[in-house]
Amino acid sequence: MNFPVLSVITFTPLVAALILLMIPADRKNETRAVAAASAAFTLALSLWVYFTYDQTLGGYQLVERYDWLPALGISLSLGVDGISAPLVLLTGVVMFTGVLISWGDERPHVMAGIQDRPREFFAFLFVLAWGVFGVFVSLDLFMLFFFYEIAVFPMYLLIVIWGWNVTREYAAMKLTLYLLLGSVIALVGALAMLIVQYQNTGVLTFDMLAMESAGFSQQFQIIWFLPVFLGFAILGGLWPFHNWSPDGHVAAPTAVSMFHAGVLMKLGAFAALRVGIMLLPEGAKHWSWLIMLFAGVAVVYGAYIAFVQTDFKYMVGFSSVSHMGLVMLGFSTLNRDGLLGSGMQMFSHGAMTALFFAVVGMIYDRAHTRQIPELGGMSKIMPFAAVGFIIGGLVSMGMPLFSGFVAEFPIFMGVWQVNWLVAVICSISIIITAAYIMRIVRQVFFGDVPERFEGHLTDITILDKTALVTLCFFMVIIGLYPKFMAPIVQTGVDNILRLLGGS
Amino acid sequence: MFTPLAFASILPEILILIVGMLILIIEPFWKEEKRRNVGWLAAGGLFAAMIVSLIVGRPGEPLPTFGGMIRFDWLGFFLKMLFMFAAAATALLMMDHERLAARGEAYLLLLASLIGMNLMAVSADLIMLFLAIETASIPLYVLAGFMLGDKRSTEAGFKYFLFGILATTIMLYGFSLVFGFSGTTDIYRLAEMFKVGEIAPLTAFGVLALIFVGIGFKVTFTPFHFWVPDVYEGSPTPVAGFLSTASKAAGYAVLLRLFFVAFPGSNLSVAWTTALVVFAAASMLVGNLLALPQMNIKRLLAYSSIAHTGYTLIGVAAFTQFGAASVVFYLAAYILTNLLAFGVAMAFSKATGLEDLRDYAGMSRRSPWLGLMMLTAFLSLAGIPPFGGFIAKVIVFAAGIQAGYVWLVVFAVVMSVVGAYYYLNALKFVYLYRMPNQDEENHPIPLSRPYAIALIALTIGVILIGTVFAPWFQWSNAGALNLF
Repeated sequence: MNFPVLSVITFTPLVAALILLMIPADRKNETRAVAAASAAFTLALSLWVYFTYDQTLGGYQLVERYDWLPALGISLSLGVDGISAPLVLLTGVVMFTGVLISWGDERPHVMAGIQDRPREFFAFLFVLAWGVFGVFVSLDLFMLFFFYEIAVFPMYLLIVIWGWNVTREYAAMKLTLYLLLGSVIALVGALAMLIVQYQNTGVLTFDMLAMESAGFSQQFQIIWFLPVFLGFAILGGLWPFHNWSPDGHVAAPTAVSMFHAGVLMKLGAFAALRVGIMLLPEGAKHWSWLIMLFAGVAVVYGAYIAFVQTDFKYMVGFSSVSHMGLVMLGFSTLNRDGLLGSGMQMFSHGAMTALFFAVVGMIYDRAHTRQIPELGGMSKIMPFAAVGFIIGGLVSMGMPLFSGFVAEFPIFMGVWQVNWLVAVICSISIIITAAYIMRIVRQVFFGDVPERFEGHLTDITILDKTALVTLCFFMVIIGLYPKFMAPIVQTGVDNILRLLGGS
Repeated sequence: MFTPLAFASILPEILILIVGMLILIIEPFWKEEKRRNVGWLAAGGLFAAMIVSLIVGRPGEPLPTFGGMIRFDWLGFFLKMLFMFAAAATALLMMDHERLAARGEAYLLLLASLIGMNLMAVSADLIMLFLAIETASIPLYVLAGFMLGDKRSTEAGFKYFLFGILATTIMLYGFSLVFGFSGTTDIYRLAEMFKVGEIAPLTAFGVLALIFVGIGFKVTFTPFHFWVPDVYEGSPTPVAGFLSTASKAAGYAVLLRLFFVAFPGSNLSVAWTTALVVFAAASMLVGNLLALPQMNIKRLLAYSSIAHTGYTLIGVAAFTQFGAASVVFYLAAYILTNLLAFGVAMAFSKATGLEDLRDYAGMSRRSPWLGLMMLTAFLSLAGIPPFGGFIAKVIVFAAGIQAGYVWLVVFAVVMSVVGAYYYLNALKFVYLYRMPNQDEENHPIPLSRPYAIALIALTIGVILIGTVFAPWFQWSNAGALNLF
């Protein structure tokens, strides 16, 4: 038997969290070191998963299966396909960089990063990572829900304890209730699928591969597609259920924002794809116009709202809504180009938005304001952060040679094939995005440093720089060399198209 | 009559009785300050009794013993083990309660009540059932009002007593009418008579409504829940924990046996499942909404326990074997979780004397481990993995959907989101807010040894049910199988 890399990668964060809890509370640097070491280990494993995935074979690989509750057909069955392998990598990257950025700067005049109870912070963050990895690698519907809920609840504590003290209580509760409501509604749909599958085939199993051929009737699929898809899409930030998301992003501490926008929103999109579209393809075909409508509104409206924000972090939060709208837009096309673009966009946006939030956090920790008009000249103080943000901005605008182009271009191609008008309308968002990114770059990073910041703002630490370089590396490499990721996603898309009836 | 099997069928009760007698004999010889050790004796004795029963007292095929008074099967056995575990944990939690700790009779009353609950789980005859219910209830009336001179405790005891006897009387009236119509008190004989239609459905419906009042009081579903918050708030905390878990689960044992055995295949089942669906929805609604504004942790848990009754009733209303299994599983998860919640409340009030949620501010800084235990309990109650409450809810909901109650399950999941609000809100006090002077390190919360043992065992149990759920489900399923 091969090395069970998927279960190791899934449970490493949990083990790390338990180890962290054993460290005495006042050993802050040891806590951080353990956290960074386990995150680095997880990153190495996720790279391994990504590069062992054989793109010529496609399908589900590295499959592991342990019976868990045979009486109800629950098994711990793990595997990655072309869609989830990049997301596993993304999670590893964001986890690693998030830990580095939370390390912060302990010098009393800076006090960046997480200084209050880092032990609990990293433990909860790792429980979150445990859930995220679990969702991406689960092939069992029950386990998918199990990990999904695990990924949701630590957010509450992370935001409410370490968040921005103005809105954290409100935002954390709003976020948790939104997400719980979405997930339990989807759970009802999943249970209905289980029961119907049992009636159809006589086999009680939560195995999603078996459910793909359960023969759900068209009517059943049409009824249950919407609750399942929208239940998950809430976490994906789909308009009109996106309301929790900018509030949550803004209130969360930096590493949690990174995790949240970078990975968790992909979790929602991924689960919506895996459970909604892949298990209920007829329903997806029936409702794709509605998803396209919602996603189209999210793309344009999100970009426009981001444009008018004066709070730096809200701006990034709404830009996330807009970019996740593109992912959903790609899903709604149900064709090869659109789905391929969505798969790429999930990774690209994850890295990009994590980088945005990291930079916002670095600036806020030092300047103690996020109001765009009050900032300026940051490139003189922290040139590294400025370069990182500009690269992220270029990705966000969809400039060629960066991962954003590789991801967004196929999405628009896919949409054009379905409805050219939607493609034209949605492409407006690219212009708006370019506008607000350039406005930010000019206002925050160039120009003069405001007087009150003169002299006492410090540059970011070496760990922060490492994190930024890691994130930028992936965005650039995909842009320069799309074969790094496109063929893998392609194999996943082939599988989805097969389920959709070979269109 | 005393065959080995008959002996085995009441072995746990015999062992509990022996432990109780030991307490009675030994306790007077101990000095006042050593009397608290009775708790060790009770908990240890119960633990030993569980092990002995698990080794030699396991049931095989369902078997009526003692002339059909008792049914010796897995359902009863599994529930008995749960009750005994709950009682052992309660005994440990009583050991540092200032008014209960040094009073041997408190532990004895607990054991007496436990014997009653154990018999409730296995009674197959209405007379036996009534006796068991009384044996379980009367010691609890005394325990609820045990703190003489404390107004709230006296009120709790008195209220519980008055409501309790009223409900029991109505139920007894129902029993006597059943006997009058059918000429038998054996539940399994009754089932046959229902099947062939010897009893007119309408009459039976009326009679059973009376019985339902008594059970409803025990399992506290709306509209029989009014006593719950006051009694939980006033009772000594360990007793409240016991009331909300074992006592309620014993009520469920009766509900399962009466309704699942007596009605399958009869046209009465439709009427009853409809009624149960209504009660379930009402309990979830009332429990969750009224829990929202509560600031006293015991009242909060009281209302939340009403809500949990609602979730459990979904499994009963499903009226299938899977439904029965889901109820038993839910009870197992719920007993451990709620005992843990009350245990944390007890440990906190032991150290501080406070029960208001606002006083929990800074608790995780004062004692990180106690904070984590409270997190475990409350997240499990909210139905979040990897804790027991999640899988229990999923199974109950699956049973509901299988039986076609999709709208009820949707209502339940919406209500469980409402529930998540107040559980998370409570955790906010524990993790976010701070004490007025922000000097938490000067106010640690010490955990005495019995508390540490009880709380750690319960925490591990909650996590085990939530992760390694296969054995628990198999036991629940084996129990449910005995009903059909």
